[in-house]
Amino acid sequence: MAEEVKKAPRPVDPNSAKYKLGKIAADAFADAIEAKKKGIPVAWVSSNFPVEIPETLGIATVYPENQAAGIAARGAGERMCNVAEAEGYSNDICAYARISLAYAKLKSCPEQDVAMPDVVLCCNNICNCMIKWYENLAQELNIPMIMLDIPFNPDYDVSDAQVQYVSAQFWDAVHQLEQLFGLKWDDDKFEEVTGFSCRASRAWLAATGCAKYVPSPFNGFDLLNHMAVMVTARGKECSGDAMETLYKEYMENHKNGTSTFRTEEKYRILFEGIACWPYLRATSTGLKSRGINMVTTIYADAFGYDYDSFEGMIKAYCSVPNAINLEKSRDKRIKLCQDNHVEGMLIHTNRSCKLWSGFMYEMGRQVGKACDIPVASFDGDQADPRNFSEAQYDTRVQGLMEIMEANKEQKGAN
Amino acid sequence: MYTLGIDIGSTTSKCVMLQDGETLVAKSLQLGGLGTDGPEDALTQLWRCSGLSREEMARVIVTGYGRNKFEGADGEVSELTCHALGGRFVFPDLRTVIDIGGQDAKIISLTPDGRMSNFIMNDKCAAGTGRFLEVMANILRLDIDNLGAIAAQSETPAAISSTCTVFAESEVISQLANGVKRPDLVAGICQSVATRVASLARRAGIVERVCMSGGVARNEAVRHYMAQALDVEISYDPLAQYFGAIGAALYAWKQIKK
Repeated sequence: MAEEVKKAPRPVDPNSAKYKLGKIAADAFADAIEAKKKGIPVAWVSSNFPVEIPETLGIATVYPENQAAGIAARGAGERMCNVAEAEGYSNDICAYARISLAYAKLKSCPEQDVAMPDVVLCCNNICNCMIKWYENLAQELNIPMIMLDIPFNPDYDVSDAQVQYVSAQFWDAVHQLEQLFGLKWDDDKFEEVTGFSCRASRAWLAATGCAKYVPSPFNGFDLLNHMAVMVTARGKECSGDAMETLYKEYMENHKNGTSTFRTEEKYRILFEGIACWPYLRATSTGLKSRGINMVTTIYADAFGYDYDSFEGMIKAYCSVPNAINLEKSRDKRIKLCQDNHVEGMLIHTNRSCKLWSGFMYEMGRQVGKACDIPVASFDGDQADPRNFSEAQYDTRVQGLMEIMEANKEQKGAN
Repeated sequence: MYTLGIDIGSTTSKCVMLQDGETLVAKSLQLGGLGTDGPEDALTQLWRCSGLSREEMARVIVTGYGRNKFEGADGEVSELTCHALGGRFVFPDLRTVIDIGGQDAKIISLTPDGRMSNFIMNDKCAAGTGRFLEVMANILRLDIDNLGAIAAQSETPAAISSTCTVFAESEVISQLANGVKRPDLVAGICQSVATRVASLARRAGIVERVCMSGGVARNEAVRHYMAQALDVEISYDPLAQYFGAIGAALYAWKQIKK
């Protein structure tokens, strides 16, 4: 009997966006571990904290949300959640928080190890659970916590008062870090970092914007992987280059009529919510097998920060998806649907994220009505695998597809 | 020309045979859904009562939670589409289907010309489904099919405040121990299912005519409390439990006509 020959993985072109982005994302964790060994301070940072601060000061960064997503995608979410729950944390708490708090206790997880922090940098523009999560990290690890308070904005626009409030905290955070670690703020370095961040953001938004082409030159699930760079390394020079490569590749795909969505694109949807990391393959296959391409998601665009002034930067951080009111959130999604020829909306009712899921019933209703598209939702979780049923997901996705199919037939008949 | 629809649910399997997409020729229902002999038993029963065979079926479509595992059909379609088609087959002016099955509840909205336009399903929880009634019937040592009739004897339905099936189980036991009358408890249980699903239905938006489908539709108390909660008339037909299978047979017919 012939021995089974294991196929070697196809080598990835080192000039490709996939290679460059994958390397940046992997290096982000490794670089922080190396920095720690050299005595450089390490910060655990919430994903929408102004990355410009630690980057300018030369503080190594780790993003616990990104780490938790990686751990969950590699199948260790439940194990880590169990550790946190045994410590007394309720399973109603965000699973990213539980995984991170479990890591703070164990200081090891082979699925994604990180450097331990000397400080935690928290910003609540993504959610308020973040505050208690980081307070507990600081308490458990006996390290300082620096808090940047960007409250939910009930108004449509960012007011001058809000800009002042956040700007003052921005500089206060800088001064605290200078004092803590004996660092010195450098305006030239800051300008350079903001330039890198904006360059990466512009290219990223241009790349995600390629979804306007029909068929889309990419599979929307690619964005969920590539966005790791926007979360962890948007202030680095290499990120701009990698994102520009990504944009270039998508434009070439469009010109050549190719796509990373490697099947016929029959339907185009907006995916709402954080990815269901423990079931990324199941959720992706359930769509792809039916020719459904998730062409756009607010989640990916959320990490593109383009601004042209300090005030613009502060406004950008005050305008992330979870910090803005229903009307503004709705309008952003309607624009995504219209720009990208979306035919349906699939909502991940994420048990971990009460903030995001809570207003989704009304959001889905308003977006569905405004865009005249069907809306379906499924239950799941961003990192805890115990809150998802594949059969239920499958039925909802199929139902959504059948409505989109009937709508197409109806349009064809008219 | 005959088409066959098979609906494999979580607790029962149903088959319906249609002639030319218009006439119901035969139907069968067996306990046991996905992962049991239920589907085969339902088919055997259908062949026996119709006197026809698989070879005489122009097209066979399977639906329900077992649709992806069943071999021997020509295609599969979701139960959402099927309940919409099946409901419309029985009620030609139907606009809203409230389907409560063994493990889920669905609200399906139809356009004036009968297309499914949207749907909402229950979250990942057994509350507001047939399983809830089944568990409660077991505690009370009653036949699930008799719950509606027993609830009709109630003067004051008991309040069942827990939505969780497990917590509601202990709540019912303690109410029993406290001497609450059985009909009042049964009525409270039926009301609990109805009000929970009614909230889903309100979210979807209710447009009349409204009907109920699925096994729980046979329970007149649930229908009564549903009508009360939504303040609309709930249409019912004895074929309600077969709407999924009827829809699958109709879908098969539509595919042939394409």
